[in-house]
Amino acid sequence: MSATAEHAQPGFWRHYVFSTDHKMIGKQYILTAVVMALFATTWSVLLRLHLAWPQAQWPLLGKLFPGLFQDGVLLPERYLSLVTMHGTVMIFFVISISLVSGFGNFVIPLQIGARDMAYPFLNMLSYWTIVPACLIMLASFFAPEGAAGSGWTAYPPLSALPDAAPGSGLGQTLWLFAMALFIASFTMGGLNFVTTILNLRTRGMSMFRMPLTVWTMFIASILGILAFPALTAAAIMLLLDRLGSTSFFLPSGLVMGGTVLPHQGGTPLLFQHLFWFLGHPEVYVLVLPAIGIAFDVVAAHGRRPVFGYRTSVWALVVVAVLSMIVWGHHMFVSGMSPYVGEYFSIATVSITGPFAVLALNLVASLWRAEIRLTSAMMFALAIVAAVGIGGVGGIFLATATSDQYLHNSYFVVGHFHLMIAVVTFFAIFAGIYHWFPKMFGRRMNETLGKAHFWLTVPTTIAGFVTMHFLGMAGEQRHLYDPSAYKFLEPVQWLNVLISILLFIPGAAQFLFLWNFFHSMVAGERVGPNPWQATTLEWTTESPAPHLNWGAELPVAYRGPYDYRLNGAPDGYEPQAAAPSAAALVTS
Amino acid sequence: MKRERRQTGEVVALILLFLAITVFTVGGFARQWMPPVASAHGVGVDGVIWYLLKATGPVLVTGAVIFMYFLWRYGRGRPTPAPTPNPRAELWWSIVPVVGMMALTEVGVVVKGMPVWEQIYAPIPADAVTVEVTGQQFEWIVRYPGPDGKFGRVKPELVDKTNPAGLDRDDPAALDDIVVRNQVHVPLGRPVYIRLRGRDVLHSFSVASFRVKQDVVPGVLNRVLFVATAPGRYEIACTQVCGMGHYKMHGAVYVDQPQDYQDWLQHQTGWLQQ
Amino acid sequence: MTAVAVAPAERPAPREQYPIALAAVLVTVAMLFTAFTSALVIRRTGADWVRIPLPPMVWANTVVLILSSLALERARAAAKGDATSRIADWLGVTAALGVLFLVGQLVAWRQLVGQGILLRTGPHPAFFYMLSAVHGAHVLGGLGALGWTGRRARAGAYGAAQHDGLTHTAVYWHFVGVVWLWLLAVLSTL
Repeated sequence: MSATAEHAQPGFWRHYVFSTDHKMIGKQYILTAVVMALFATTWSVLLRLHLAWPQAQWPLLGKLFPGLFQDGVLLPERYLSLVTMHGTVMIFFVISISLVSGFGNFVIPLQIGARDMAYPFLNMLSYWTIVPACLIMLASFFAPEGAAGSGWTAYPPLSALPDAAPGSGLGQTLWLFAMALFIASFTMGGLNFVTTILNLRTRGMSMFRMPLTVWTMFIASILGILAFPALTAAAIMLLLDRLGSTSFFLPSGLVMGGTVLPHQGGTPLLFQHLFWFLGHPEVYVLVLPAIGIAFDVVAAHGRRPVFGYRTSVWALVVVAVLSMIVWGHHMFVSGMSPYVGEYFSIATVSITGPFAVLALNLVASLWRAEIRLTSAMMFALAIVAAVGIGGVGGIFLATATSDQYLHNSYFVVGHFHLMIAVVTFFAIFAGIYHWFPKMFGRRMNETLGKAHFWLTVPTTIAGFVTMHFLGMAGEQRHLYDPSAYKFLEPVQWLNVLISILLFIPGAAQFLFLWNFFHSMVAGERVGPNPWQATTLEWTTESPAPHLNWGAELPVAYRGPYDYRLNGAPDGYEPQAAAPSAAALVTS
Repeated sequence: MKRERRQTGEVVALILLFLAITVFTVGGFARQWMPPVASAHGVGVDGVIWYLLKATGPVLVTGAVIFMYFLWRYGRGRPTPAPTPNPRAELWWSIVPVVGMMALTEVGVVVKGMPVWEQIYAPIPADAVTVEVTGQQFEWIVRYPGPDGKFGRVKPELVDKTNPAGLDRDDPAALDDIVVRNQVHVPLGRPVYIRLRGRDVLHSFSVASFRVKQDVVPGVLNRVLFVATAPGRYEIACTQVCGMGHYKMHGAVYVDQPQDYQDWLQHQTGWLQQ
Repeated sequence: MTAVAVAPAERPAPREQYPIALAAVLVTVAMLFTAFTSALVIRRTGADWVRIPLPPMVWANTVVLILSSLALERARAAAKGDATSRIADWLGVTAALGVLFLVGQLVAWRQLVGQGILLRTGPHPAFFYMLSAVHGAHVLGGLGALGWTGRRARAGAYGAAQHDGLTHTAVYWHFVGVVWLWLLAVLSTL
């Protein structure tokens, strides 16, 4: 794409709706994620309300959500649908599309010095594939028997037999179609990211000069390309079991509604293997970009290079490779061979090695820093805490013997929320506060940002850590009514505590949304580099213009985080700043 | 100056926050939440959990202290020497956490965990009491082999309200099979082998006090092996989402003194003979 | 991490983008059929696995698919030899054979159905129907690529000096053919 070519001003539809500009597409993904998050958060509010006070009646909610409540009490089958849809929408339609698709799209070309993604048209198609996927997911609530209720993991036979549960009918079929569209979209996006990163880096931008955000998006995209096909295969076979009377996952002798079903010879465990072959790498697709963003923000707002840039890159690669060979730790109590179980346990805990490198490097990146407590930085710091506690909790689940007790308990729920809800959302917030100027040419309000931090961070961390305690007490997940078990009575107060703790950040996000949308139109205007950051995106105007730079693309002369090295005048040397003649050393 | 003072205030607040989080986490995990253990291998499971708590707790606390120190030292605007790149330090500070964490965690898995894992998956001892538990929406059908010591044939097509286990009258071994719903009686101190079957969807048989949990997978015969070490009544929970009645799929395991267990067993009549 | 500024590393002109995108597509397709193959291998251990003889038509379809790859190679030879007018012709032959393959697969399905063997009849036919359908979908995608390549060929985009787009379409098409040979081998022996 020639920088000097004249581009006729696109009309409204080409500019705002069917844009092929990576920056607009990135914003579209983020806005879509916001809408889906409103739904998924509302559902979680209903769930937490019920879990804290299972017998309470909520007539007002009964009026607002007539299909979900009866006599003001949430129905058990609707509870399971809400849990399923909350998980599915949050993982794929909020975090994946905002953290990876949204930030990846916006940031990658700007950070590597490219004018756009390798395939702008394909990029636009990727986004417009997500939109029907979202709509179909939401529409599944209006299926006659409700939305899918088999958990986001959709294990057969529950998900394969329409009579097994309300929600296992059309709701589950629609879920599968929406997921197929999601996978198609994400694969197209991953292809675009990988090609762009490998081929469109500007002069001087070697792989080991790329910011860690780009590295993590790169690795996450490769993981997605390798892992999602397994879920595609599983979803197709599940669809055939549901609609074509096949028996991929359904054994003989199933009795449902008094009749013996005609299926023969399949095994539900096959689905679990295929599902988790994707499922485990998927969580790293989410967590690694979060860590990459944390590094970028800590470097810029801490005014020092990342400690251990190279070792972090290698740690990321090792985590990614290991993530593909450990999926069985989700199946320790499934009846899998104990030898296979031991292998998966030994392999899974080895991930703590490179993960500890990443955590240590994040902390060490504060040593001899000059910390600026911006909202972005504060959320990045909070990521360190969440990754630490969440990562350690994972060891208890990775060890097969302790997982014998903790499997499918609230320990698991607390762990994965810390890792792929708290860590990822903190990264999304840090990323938005940090890159908002580049997106919209304005600053977000820092006071509101700090308020957002203080209402969100202590409460979410405390809330999800408390879930670990509930899991230690033995409370299982997907549990509509904890009061059904006597042994859980002594810890029901934990459910109340968790709900109260989490309602606060739930409400606080409106503060963030107000700040986000209000600053878009009325925020303080800023120049190209309000944070005095080094990476390439800060060498162009704010907001970044079409084609990202003027006639000349920036050239990368150094690594991405040269803060306070070499006694540079402003305390940093931008990546695109040519060395002075006297200091030039040819390699 | 004013900015520094304001930031100092924020730094202090942040440090207090991370301190509070650390205290909350460590303090919370130090409390005993788990129900008292009532099985032999359960002691080992708890041993692994306590090992991990004691091994990872100091790691977390050390990390937190360093983190808070860095915030204090480098967050209040005091003069700070410029960081100098130190590839050797960076390399060593990769090797140290990798080696350290691998050692810590693999000790947990291999040294502490494997012996217990082997107990859980040990060959069924000859003196084990064998019980069959079938999970179905939304109850546990429990079957004992009866005086002949053999489980009779069951057929899915025979399952109905009057024959919840699907016992086949044509098989003599099935006539004395004892069937009860949602309760399992076991003797104290003897190994118990539970054969797990599933009839419709996935379930999971779990007794928290025994540290027992195993999925019920239709088409697959899964197993549970444990020795109960304390008499009493222990709740069975289903721990794999199985439909709208998942939350009320509870039952009870009664651990009886051996004589009481025999008495109970002798009191039961074969389901087909009733 | 560089503390000392160095001269910008010289980069060659932007490399052709397609090989990486093509590699990503091939990897993702390969992973999909690997997942299906592993599912088949596991499912095969079930007691009810009975391998049904594949309908005779599939062998004819296989020959057609191989011929289509040969036709595509003629198109590439034409490009290398700068016989630009022949490129589109050979692409047309390839596409026609591809369509013939798909029609033939439908005929093969009808042959099976005629014998009373449906999706639900057993696991082996279920895999046959499913795998041939998923493969057919990828052939359909290949036809789209051929159509796009054909238009470019008619517009004179390919010649001896430059015909990368054609090469990459060819690689994809041959790959899909190899996948079919793999599936055939698996379905006729396992």
